Amino acid sequence: MVIETLSEDVRKVVERWKDKEGNLIMILHDIQDRYGYVPREASLEISRQMDQPLARIYEVLTFYNYFKLTPPGKFTISVCMGTACYLKGAPALIDEIRHILHVDEGETTKDGLFHLQIVRCLGCCGLAPVITVDHKVYSAVKRSDVATIIGEHSKK
Amino acid sequence: MSSVVTMVKGFVNGRAVEVPAGTTILDAAKKVQVNIPTLCKHADLLPSAGCGICIVKAKGNRKMLRACCTPFENGMDIVTHDPEIVKTRITVLELILSNHPTDCLICGRNNDCELQKIAADFGIRDDRFQRILAEIPADNSKGTIILDPKKCIKCGRCIDACQNMQDVWALSFIDRGFKTRISPAGDIKLSESPCVSCGQCSAHCPTGAIFEHDDTRKVWEALQDPEKYCVVQVAPAVRVAVGEGFGYPVGTNLTKKLYALFRRLGFKAVFDTNFAADLTIMEEAAEFVERFVHGKGPLPLITSCCPAWVDYMEKYYGDMIQHFSTAKSPHEMLGVMSKTYYAQKKNIDPSKIVNVSVMPCTAKKYEITRVEEMFASGYQDVDIVITTRELIRMIKQAGVEFESLADEDADLILGDYAGAGTIFGATGGVMEAALRTAYYNVTGENLKDVNFKDVRGLDGVKETEVDVKGTKVRIAVAHGLANVKYVMEKVKAAQKNNEPLPYHFIEVMACPGGCVGGGGQPYMVTDEIRKQRAKGLYDEDEAMEVRCSHDNPHIQQIYKEFLEKPLSEKAHHLLHTQYKSRPLYVK
Repeated sequence: MVIETLSEDVRKVVERWKDKEGNLIMILHDIQDRYGYVPREASLEISRQMDQPLARIYEVLTFYNYFKLTPPGKFTISVCMGTACYLKGAPALIDEIRHILHVDEGETTKDGLFHLQIVRCLGCCGLAPVITVDHKVYSAVKRSDVATIIGEHSKK
Repeated sequence: MSSVVTMVKGFVNGRAVEVPAGTTILDAAKKVQVNIPTLCKHADLLPSAGCGICIVKAKGNRKMLRACCTPFENGMDIVTHDPEIVKTRITVLELILSNHPTDCLICGRNNDCELQKIAADFGIRDDRFQRILAEIPADNSKGTIILDPKKCIKCGRCIDACQNMQDVWALSFIDRGFKTRISPAGDIKLSESPCVSCGQCSAHCPTGAIFEHDDTRKVWEALQDPEKYCVVQVAPAVRVAVGEGFGYPVGTNLTKKLYALFRRLGFKAVFDTNFAADLTIMEEAAEFVERFVHGKGPLPLITSCCPAWVDYMEKYYGDMIQHFSTAKSPHEMLGVMSKTYYAQKKNIDPSKIVNVSVMPCTAKKYEITRVEEMFASGYQDVDIVITTRELIRMIKQAGVEFESLADEDADLILGDYAGAGTIFGATGGVMEAALRTAYYNVTGENLKDVNFKDVRGLDGVKETEVDVKGTKVRIAVAHGLANVKYVMEKVKAAQKNNEPLPYHFIEVMACPGGCVGGGGQPYMVTDEIRKQRAKGLYDEDEAMEVRCSHDNPHIQQIYKEFLEKPLSEKAHHLLHTQYKSRPLYVK
């Protein structure tokens, strides 16, 4: 993916934070808010503009779960692994999603359609196990339901 | 100016201890002959408090303290060993081992591994915890050092060496928790990272997680091939470090024993890189005089014998290329002389010659195929590079009783050297050697005192002025890549503002202490060890009759018979090289 405004985008963000202590993490937040993830090109540009080693930037990016290094998918599938969902069979659902989409936690399918993330407790344990696709909630999901749920969105 | 040192008093295992304030508990305990075990602390580096083995108790404090990073304080009453402490240490160690492979027998660090040693010391006999290994493939993309993350214990030494000592930033911790691993930024290959193969990471690694690319097998194969004519050369810094593998006092100079050893291993000709260091000086000093006296070429002139420095410069100081000495490094010069001059004189087919360089350095493995000028003889000039550590292993494998070998001499044709050649292995040595000959080139006479003590020693940057019959030559010597920036920025600032140059001549060696502290040298180096190794070289220089490269009779002979004169067309073709800017990314 080529972002033509990248250099300028980074410059604006760096400008905003450059005199503040602990600014690297705030800059990375702003970049992720802008693009939905932190592209390598953006990290390189930050490295150049802030005279910070790229290795330092990646230490921060990979330390915090929040930062994403790959573009988010069109749809984000969140599987709850909170205690209730876990006990009610969430691991099998993740297995099934991995099997169908060939992605691991935190990854996006090659076609850019689905991003898989694991979350802790969505606050509706009575519906366990729970999967959400973006804002749509699927409750008491069985392994055999997974293909249907994915299929629903693939057609869109 | 004298500063008052505040002393603090306390107890370690009931024994009174008095140490300067700021001393760690670990070092305070040593004062009363107590060794607190540790896996991550290296005397050469700052404590990272990463492993948790060095825990101790302080009476009145319920928490256990990490001795490596906690200062000893007034009134402290430290217990270093009791059943609870030992049990905790064993648990910590068992947890570390539960993430570590057990293939010690086929690991490069077998018998020379800090983790293996501590596991043996603690008498670990079973796997108490389920073993979970990181499934990350080894990275051999550099061909000089190999990064094998599954053997990593996350002590962070390599990162401290790479980021702070060398300012290279090829290595960093990626991710967190179980997934923590050592990697270049964002899981790229080392070859795509700023790595310059200096090997300091490998010299500081406690396990086999970062290890030199082992080329000993290639050497054995060449030695056993009747078609090949194997030729060896040994770098200055190797002779004062190899003894550490055999119980010699640090800094013992074993030059002549090494010559004898090489013949026992089966080498047909035994040369010395020191000879080629003299040759490098002839070319480099001539180059300096051309620029300094005759204005042919820009100043400052910057030395280029160090391949890690060359790689670093090509990546980050591409705009300084014209300042780089075009003279090849000594072992490359010897390689090409071996396959041309020596081959012709001895009537040997150069295609049969296998040149092996024994170096204190992992970057030399990269240098031998760096650019086409490394094939100036028509063949690859140097075929194989092994490090001091690899040589030690070869000696052990060969079954030669190294310690009992009688001294022998090198084959003088490419093996005789002046004192100037041997000090090449220490920071400041190349500068000192070059000044001895440059002085002669300018004035036509030798220095009365050839010692330049201002450029010796372990200060990160050494700046001084040398008087050449009324003309001041300003010089700088930097070692440890983190010290380069100061010198280079000073030059750039002067250039930008049209001010007089801060220096006329700059020496850079990538490793702290120069080659004696090289990335391929024996483990557990400290500044004290660097000093002792350097002393071994300076003592040799001091004791020699011929101290200047231009006075070496075999150097005079090779110019007379073959190279004509320094910077001649032939010398240019065979002994010089070029550089190319290859910007990577900003570190």
